[in-house]
Amino acid sequence: MITSSVAELSRALLARRLSSVELTGSLLDRIETANRTLNAFLTVDREGAMAQAKAADARIAAGTASPLTGIPLAHKDVIMTEGLRTTCGSRMLENFVAPYSAFVAERLARAGMVLVGKTNMDEFAMGSSNENSYFGPVRNPWNTTCVAGGSSGGSAAAVAARLVPAATGTDTGGSIRQPAALSGVCGLKPTYGVCSRYGLVAFASSLDTPGAFGQTAEDCALLLNAMAGHDSRDSTSVNRPAEDYTRLLREYAANAAAKPLAGVRIGLPREYFGAGTEPGIARAIEAAIAGFRSLGATTVEVSLPNVDYSLPVYYVISPAEASSNLARFDGVRYGHRAAKYDDLMDMYKKTRAEGFGAEVKRRILVGTYVLSHGYYDAYYLKAQQVRRLIADDFRKAYQRCDVIVGPTSPTTAFCIGDNIDDPLKMYLNDIFTIASNLTGTPAISIPCGFDGKGLPIGLQIQGNAFAEAQILNVAHRYQQTTDWHRRVPAGFAP
Amino acid sequence: MALSVDDVQRAAHLARIEITPAEAIDVQNKLEGVFRMIERMRAVDTTGIVPMSHAQDVSLPLREDRVTESDQHALHQRNAPAVEDGLYLVPKVIE
Repeated sequence: MITSSVAELSRALLARRLSSVELTGSLLDRIETANRTLNAFLTVDREGAMAQAKAADARIAAGTASPLTGIPLAHKDVIMTEGLRTTCGSRMLENFVAPYSAFVAERLARAGMVLVGKTNMDEFAMGSSNENSYFGPVRNPWNTTCVAGGSSGGSAAAVAARLVPAATGTDTGGSIRQPAALSGVCGLKPTYGVCSRYGLVAFASSLDTPGAFGQTAEDCALLLNAMAGHDSRDSTSVNRPAEDYTRLLREYAANAAAKPLAGVRIGLPREYFGAGTEPGIARAIEAAIAGFRSLGATTVEVSLPNVDYSLPVYYVISPAEASSNLARFDGVRYGHRAAKYDDLMDMYKKTRAEGFGAEVKRRILVGTYVLSHGYYDAYYLKAQQVRRLIADDFRKAYQRCDVIVGPTSPTTAFCIGDNIDDPLKMYLNDIFTIASNLTGTPAISIPCGFDGKGLPIGLQIQGNAFAEAQILNVAHRYQQTTDWHRRVPAGFAP
Repeated sequence: MALSVDDVQRAAHLARIEITPAEAIDVQNKLEGVFRMIERMRAVDTTGIVPMSHAQDVSLPLREDRVTESDQHALHQRNAPAVEDGLYLVPKVIE
């Protein structure tokens, strides 16, 4: 039962075959043991979780439960949770207790989910391996000498090791999808604006997107149903009618024998199938594409001529926005303050030198440089222009296809320490994921196989803006005929 | 355009981050490849392209001009490193 999906657990809870108190209690015990190895959780709130589980059971008994009531959940530690420590994986916020909750945390709490704790992450969500956390790296449940991916590495590892059935994350350049791929779970980044950013500690505001981790696409859809919605406290939150993101999944369930993906056009960008991707990954992706075809989908080659510039554009825009957002950490209103300093300027400088880790400092410096006098047009403005060209490429591609499929990451999980001294090598991990952030469009990573070392491989399904239901449907149909998402890492099987 | 150690030090001052000469050299080394990668973008012809500052072309919504927040300074100051009588303490800036 403990390894079941959200949908399965929900049915068991609503049928009273299982109580949330039992479920939450057993998962808290699992977390206590597994976290010594994985370092996936930074805060575990046993008392709060058990109280919420009790309330969830009462709500189920009263007949007022939602499909998520009583399901245990973990939040990435960049998501503010009132009364709980919210560190962002940084020394700067080591003792910061959130004075209010993020919109997505409020929504999932209102649905009755049980918050068991906060997950480890790359400091301020900057990284692709979780090695930039002040609290140490998260270990990959499939091989504990490997990274879990990042920046939402703790959430990915927690779902992979079946410590929680679902978790939240944030995705600025791939921070949900890349760790989902490396840890062998599903990770959904919705369209920018669908989930409010209110209460997220900001990294790059034009790119930051809250999203969900689960074992299945169906679980991601269930979470998105609760997380999506307009919020006047985020000026970029979109105001559109509520959607049921599971609707296509249910529609086809009634007609399982037919070709469920008939009429779906899958775009294959030639830019995603070149050298640079590990051969084992390329083979797994090809096999998955054959699977989509047998489900009735057609494939069409598309071209994204400017997508190769995603990486340079991203590494101008995101540090620029970060340098501005992170200016707030000055040792005055919250967070770390240096113990010794001479004057105000010295206090700022020492506080920030001590409070931020090496990668965060590097990105602040890049951002400060590209925004500084004389360089703005050459870097920031240029990057914004190329960003438009990339978005135009995708707009044109979606006239010929409904979804775009390819690898999530060019490699499977690498060893802890392997890429830490070479930022550029680390950045290349996000080569396939960044474009969705630049264009603000949705994408999901789902498990589609294992490499020769037994490490999971992620398949990315991208869609046009607000096409979440479509990409979730394509992912779900694939999962109805495969069992990659059902595999549990050997060391964490119950 | 290569990033020099002086550039790193100037940016560190602007960003209010104390940096030792050894750290500045390390940052410059580590960012060298990153800036080479960024420079590739400059080969793209962007004549007449409108910069894209946001994923959606949204106009910022305006809200009614009325007070919506209550006084929560005690709650928010709980996270402050140094507070006295409801005020944030900082080093003296005016002699």
